Amino acid sequence: MKKIINAPQDVVPEMVDGLVRAYPQYLKQVPDTLAMVRSDTASMVGKVGIVSGGGSGHEPAHAGFVGQGMLSAAVAGQVFTSPTPDQIYAAIKAVDQGQGVFLVVKNYSGDVMNFDMAKDMAEMDDIEVQSIVVDDDIAVKDSLYTQGRRGVAGTVLMHKVLGAAADQGASLDELSQLAQAVLPHLNTVAVALSAATVPEVGKPGFELADDEIEYGVGIHSEPGYRREKIKPSKALVTELLAKIDERLHLDASHQYAVLVNGMGATPLMEQYIFSHDLLDALAEKGIKPAFMKVGNYMTSIEMAGISLTIFELTDAKWLDYLTYPVKTIAW
Amino acid sequence: MFTAQAATTWLTKFGDAIATNKAYLSDLDTPIGDGDHGNNMARGMTAVQAALATQTDADLTTVFKTVAMALISKVGGASGPLYGTAFLEMAKASKAGTTDLPTLLAAALAGIEKRGGAQAGDKTMLDVWVPVVAAVQADKLDATLIATAVDSTKPMIAKKGRASYLGERAIGHLDPGAVSSGYLFTALLETEAQA
Repeated sequence: MKKIINAPQDVVPEMVDGLVRAYPQYLKQVPDTLAMVRSDTASMVGKVGIVSGGGSGHEPAHAGFVGQGMLSAAVAGQVFTSPTPDQIYAAIKAVDQGQGVFLVVKNYSGDVMNFDMAKDMAEMDDIEVQSIVVDDDIAVKDSLYTQGRRGVAGTVLMHKVLGAAADQGASLDELSQLAQAVLPHLNTVAVALSAATVPEVGKPGFELADDEIEYGVGIHSEPGYRREKIKPSKALVTELLAKIDERLHLDASHQYAVLVNGMGATPLMEQYIFSHDLLDALAEKGIKPAFMKVGNYMTSIEMAGISLTIFELTDAKWLDYLTYPVKTIAW
Repeated sequence: MFTAQAATTWLTKFGDAIATNKAYLSDLDTPIGDGDHGNNMARGMTAVQAALATQTDADLTTVFKTVAMALISKVGGASGPLYGTAFLEMAKASKAGTTDLPTLLAAALAGIEKRGGAQAGDKTMLDVWVPVVAAVQADKLDATLIATAVDSTKPMIAKKGRASYLGERAIGHLDPGAVSSGYLFTALLETEAQA
């Protein structure tokens, strides 16, 4: 394992310190925590706060999306490990303006439990808190017998929509309704070429042969649904798009937003090639995305691969929220 | 009667077992989870041992509460809230006047079940907690029972947590939370044997 780090156990605090000192115009750290809040406090006055977070290793998520028009605060946990309730609560307290706080949580047992405990703590202090648990990864089937689907790159689009609505004065209840309405329309599936290595663990989360890929891998190296030999970009697009189409039934008369997301080690060059093939494949179905983003938004340390998110815009306002101006490091 | 001193001994022994087996627990977590259970528990138990060292005159409730807060604030993941909730529930039960170990452990078990929403058979720490708490109530806890409970997770399909994404591929692997819970109760047996 080669990494530009110091002691593995110092990875997260050192990263957070570097981030807030490099970008003081966007972020400030809540003292003695790994919670980062918006520096521009004036932009939060009178509005509902939006707090997200999760394990570290997904940069620029989540701190990169803190700023006017998007998140009010982000909480960084240990690598691939949910932040703890006291840290989440510190972020809630720091952003509460008396209008309540909305939490965006990804569907992992740890995240759900820790954010729930933070919610209990905030309620004891009379801060009203509501939340959404994002589960956009369609690679894993919804089943009574599993934890359910995972929260992955589609979460960033949830941040964007909610952040724009909150900036325009949406109430806590309105944000909750908006989040519930958006959630079933977020669909993500990924393909991995190689695994991530958690610094404290020191070895990759799974093994893939040099010529092998795995479809449906999660953002913490959770297993996917099929392994096979590496294929050209066009064939990867065909596979991922077909997987999404099974659920979404892509239709030329509908509007879609698209996020092509690099998993960490995949160069933008390859992401643009994938986008080229994706846009061709969509055009064959008569679809031109109403909104598109390509780049590293929700990574998995140095995992190589790409995730594709298709967000069906069933409400015209959602497109306005996606294009609404923001002041963040990474949107 | 379960004393503050016994609780401190118990948790110190548990911390030592976690420190010794940190790499093993993370290795168990790699094929079916995300490879961090040992590191996370070690970070939490180091904080627990440090906090307990400063509280030599604490009562039972304070010991449990100190342990709970250290675990909740240091472990993260799913293990932090689950182990943290267990000790928080024992703190609440002891505050209500209980010093009876079977009753304390029953409160802890109920807390874990509520927080995680899992059941025995789901390949989680509960597959150790459920039979162990029943054995403590019947005064029949021994090392064999703990080992059998831990091993029972091996052939199971996971229904909660990250391992649930593996389906049948989780079969043949021990659940790391069940293994760490095994250490917790082994430490308890050793503590009781000393008393």
